[in-house]
Amino acid sequence: MTSDMILPFYQALTEDVNALSAQAPSLATDTLQDIRRKALERFSAIGLPTLKTEAWRYTNIQRYLKEFPYELLTTASPVAEEVVNSTAIPELDCYRIVLVNGHLQADQSTLPQGKGITVGAMSAHTTTPGFVTYFNEQHHLAAESLAQLNTALFADGLYIELAANTVVDKPIHVVNVYSCTAHAFIQPRHLWILNRNAAATIIETSIHPETAAIAFANSVLETVVLENAELWHYNVQQGAESFREVHTTAAQQHKDSRYHHFNFTLPNTPFTRNNLSVALNGSHTETNLNGLYIASKHQHVDNHTFMDHIMPDCNSNELYKGVLLDNANGVFTGKILVHQEAQKTNAFQQNNNLLLGTKADINSQPQLEIYADDVKCSHGFTAGQFSEESMFYLRSRGIGEDAAKALMVNAFSHDITDAVKVPALQHFLQTQIAEIMNN
Amino acid sequence: MLTIKNLHAEVEGKKILKGINLEINKGEMHAIMGPNGSGKSSLASVLAGRDNYTVTEGEVWFNGKNLLDMAPEERAREGVFLAFQYPVEIPGVSNLNFLKTALNEIRAYKGLPALEAREFLKLTKEKQQLVDFHSNLMNRSLNEGFSGGEKKRNEIFQLAMLNPQLAILDETDSGLDIDALRIVSNGVNKLRDAEKSFVVITHYQRLLEYIIPDFVHVLYNGRIIKTGTKELALELEERGYDWLKEELHLKESV
Repeated sequence: MTSDMILPFYQALTEDVNALSAQAPSLATDTLQDIRRKALERFSAIGLPTLKTEAWRYTNIQRYLKEFPYELLTTASPVAEEVVNSTAIPELDCYRIVLVNGHLQADQSTLPQGKGITVGAMSAHTTTPGFVTYFNEQHHLAAESLAQLNTALFADGLYIELAANTVVDKPIHVVNVYSCTAHAFIQPRHLWILNRNAAATIIETSIHPETAAIAFANSVLETVVLENAELWHYNVQQGAESFREVHTTAAQQHKDSRYHHFNFTLPNTPFTRNNLSVALNGSHTETNLNGLYIASKHQHVDNHTFMDHIMPDCNSNELYKGVLLDNANGVFTGKILVHQEAQKTNAFQQNNNLLLGTKADINSQPQLEIYADDVKCSHGFTAGQFSEESMFYLRSRGIGEDAAKALMVNAFSHDITDAVKVPALQHFLQTQIAEIMNN
Repeated sequence: MLTIKNLHAEVEGKKILKGINLEINKGEMHAIMGPNGSGKSSLASVLAGRDNYTVTEGEVWFNGKNLLDMAPEERAREGVFLAFQYPVEIPGVSNLNFLKTALNEIRAYKGLPALEAREFLKLTKEKQQLVDFHSNLMNRSLNEGFSGGEKKRNEIFQLAMLNPQLAILDETDSGLDIDALRIVSNGVNKLRDAEKSFVVITHYQRLLEYIIPDFVHVLYNGRIIKTGTKELALELEERGYDWLKEELHLKESV
């Protein structure tokens, strides 16, 4: 880490941590202050990632952090309903939760009610047993300096806990609005816990109204899927030119649980880095990681995934697909670690890309580390263009080049969109893809 | 309707078409026969606008417009249809969505509004019957996992849906068993009318027992070396192509 950047950064941040305690006493409990201090120390020890950091070889985050002087933003002003509605998913019957810069907007939200459902602001739950047990517990976070930074600086986020045997009847739609009047560094922090046999579908969308002020979000989500619980999590990143994002999801699964994660990155945000890690702490689990990234112009999209097979008899399936237009840059890393104890693991990974821009490129690296001897693991990578024969076939039926490309991109991404279990969301995504390709 | 004058074309520097002349009027059925490698499918490709072919000489006029200036989709919108010898499988694009997109793009070009869902389905049902095209294939991905016969029937079904003025059938009969051949031919015959013209490219006379041509042309070495009526096809079936080649060599050596 070059000190010219880390030092001023660090000094400012230390002051910020102190200021946070003054802001809300619930965010400054002794335990939390201790965690924050340690995280900050750890951050300063690791430093910001450079191109020499193995996990960041193809992504130069400093370039984007140096772009502007960002101020840490730990508050939020309410945003107009039409801004929130701009990410609405037509015909989606759901509970809507609005977060502005991570802060829950209760009056714009319909929280799911009922026995066993706890949904609220993180700041209101710092002494809740679930928080005390699971907050910052994911050891994968320790390696990520930006996650450490988030732990040190987060001001709020969404806390969801479902008690044992609780099933939420409708999808929960979390609308993440990022809003600022000056260039801002925002640190939302979420914790979702599904206790034994609980089940939920959570859809996230994000919006940053295009402004002169740039928002840089460094968000962290921890999900805990306990015994035989099932979580469907869809994260839709609708982009904006004035937005940059590092999004870290650390999931842990326990015995017999199912976790389905979908990540959709759509055009415009110049810089997106998604860290996704899943720790399998119990056996007989099922994990599906699906990703679709469509990037245009000079966008940089980096998906960094880590399947940690700790226990035996677990299945994981990972499929990430990319469509890179114009000068867009894609990075995919798929690490699969199979521990010695994790016998009978099935772990499959696939990364397919369509390189449609003349200067588009993709860096894809599977990383398989296997220490067990009775496992099935595979990985695959492709990068290519449209088949000319298919394009000619479509055009020979009167379909113009752009419409033909839109059809082909929808076709390319169909195994991801087909796996979306919420019909309104599936339709929304297909429409978005067609619109992107028609522009 | 279609006028081809002295058409020369090459692919990867290799001369394939060496001066084709052909005139097709409204309502006519033309058959093009010839041995393998004579340029039959290349002619179909050049007319549909496949871009690995380069036209080096000659002209093609379709209803008074220069066909060679148009992109493949424009040719289709103007009313040229190519039934592929090897229809392409496109996983993830549903047959139905594909047809709806194609039909509406052609309608938009003609200044017509998009078909309403109900009208579209009605039209689909009606045309499906023409070639006995199973409804359950409609929601499947385009040609994916279709049998050879189903793919060819899909081509004729698309032809019926898009209703072009000129249909070029590129070896639609190859690989079909006798029942499928009969179904496909019946479909084509029902589509024949005074406004529509067909160019049927085939290797075998068999097809012409079901689809009766007005003219038969023999293509050899990139040129049409003989034109006749349906009797010519029978003669070719009996005598093969060698006598024509000899005739040609005699003529050329004179």
